[in-house]
Amino acid sequence: MAHRETAPDGGATGVAVSVREGLFTDTDPPRLLGSRCQACGRHHFPRHDTCPYCTAEGALPVELSGTGVLWSWTTVTIAPPGYGGDVPYGFGVVELPEGLRVVTRLTETDPSRLSAGQRMAMVVVPVRVDDDGHRVVTYAFAPQDPR
Amino acid sequence: MTDVDIAGVGIHPFGRFADRTITDMGVTAVRGALAEAGLVRGGFQAAFCATAYGGVASGHKVLSRIGMTGMPIVDVEAGCASGGAALMLGAGAIRAGAYDTVLVFGVEKMPKGMIRSSFFEPWQEESGLGATPAYFALRAQRLMQDSGVTKDHLASVVVKNRRHGVHNPDAMFRSEVDATAVLASRLVCEPLHLWMLCTPNEGAAAVVLTSAGAGAGAGSAAGGSVGGDRPARVRLGAAVLRSHLPGSVLNESTPMSGLADESVPAPSTLAATAAYEEAGIGPEDLDVVECQDTDAARELLSYEELGLCPPGAAAALCEEGATALGGRIPVNPSGGLLSKGEPLGASALGQVVTLVHQLRGDAGHNQVEGARVALAHTVGRGANASVVVLTR
Repeated sequence: MAHRETAPDGGATGVAVSVREGLFTDTDPPRLLGSRCQACGRHHFPRHDTCPYCTAEGALPVELSGTGVLWSWTTVTIAPPGYGGDVPYGFGVVELPEGLRVVTRLTETDPSRLSAGQRMAMVVVPVRVDDDGHRVVTYAFAPQDPR
Repeated sequence: MTDVDIAGVGIHPFGRFADRTITDMGVTAVRGALAEAGLVRGGFQAAFCATAYGGVASGHKVLSRIGMTGMPIVDVEAGCASGGAALMLGAGAIRAGAYDTVLVFGVEKMPKGMIRSSFFEPWQEESGLGATPAYFALRAQRLMQDSGVTKDHLASVVVKNRRHGVHNPDAMFRSEVDATAVLASRLVCEPLHLWMLCTPNEGAAAVVLTSAGAGAGAGSAAGGSVGGDRPARVRLGAAVLRSHLPGSVLNESTPMSGLADESVPAPSTLAATAAYEEAGIGPEDLDVVECQDTDAARELLSYEELGLCPPGAAAALCEEGATALGGRIPVNPSGGLLSKGEPLGASALGQVVTLVHQLRGDAGHNQVEGARVALAHTVGRGANASVVVLTR
């Protein structure tokens, strides 16, 4: 994925590059790219060909719901290995209507402003600028009604 | 089926040892276990070496140093449960009749700081999703939602284990802490503060397994053992390893998603259920437990997963004081990983060493009086969960 946007700062070219192809759509609003097992109907993220729940092959690619509810959350205060972005950042699990719980970054870094069951919406966020000046982006969830 | 006994144990203290190699530490632990069992060269027919970060042929390097090679030496990696996995393989080989006596040991010299695991893919690390303590924190948050656990409960686990650790000469941290200081230590990932997290470190532990009828210390005709007084043997009631079932988003397999389904059993529960059945006991029969306290919440969750209390009752068990020394079911009388630190490959066998001393009645200040049935539990990345039951 490489979509051209207005650069948020003068240093970047404005080209956004996903941390990995096939994780989310290049649309507004964005959607996570998952799959649905044709045999048992359960959903997966990231996409699988083989259903981890019933072992059936040929799971269908689907776009997952863009909104869900917060199930667990914390804030990462120390940069973990292999991460070149800023800290702190929010980190949590969001439950989607498909019955899927997704591990994700959160845009909210203050855990006291988050609570179980809070409505969340999927967004694409910059992580860092790479050596070519491209903005490296990944998926995250943001509170729909910040409290 | 052949019963399996533990004929000797040895340990190298857990901590940081700039002047000692991983091989040095392994030699100390192995020599200790062989001496207790009265074994010399030729006294064991196979060796299993647990390590996660040791690299190629860690077990061979230890046994080469003391001139005891020629038999099969197998390195075993199963994350935090590596020692449990090695024990399962050694015991299984004896039960199957392949060997009379097997050496099982674990060695580790962990890198400092937050553990970098090859487990995560580059895109996960780049997204900030390779933050191991953050997964512990997400589990802790759910435990607070589901079991009424508060940060005060989390602090009390640290206070308990650090109090126990004061009297363990093999522990890294041997000072008491109070709850105020725990809660004042740096916040790493809400709700977990620095002192609520165990420290990756270094160490080694070793165990000699032998068939109950013969082997170590019994004066084998083939040689390999020497005479003298031997410590009482301890029966290995079960050594079980399990991996995760798919579905739980926060189990130690660290998936990127899971199902909205609370009914998927945890890997620790799978291992405990199988171990109780194999040993012919239930959680109500346990006198002493060493469990995985990677973080304070992990210990409380383990109470529920091992059946020490019903689901949702971890906070109540903690408040009751049942899991402190002197309580109904003491947990981590060694001080746990919060006092000892966690050298991955040596961790599970370190628990076994301490529990063998408990069952022999020579655990000193931290002795659980009259202990007859003990359980050791480890769980970590993979997911890998091991449960070991020991009896006398």
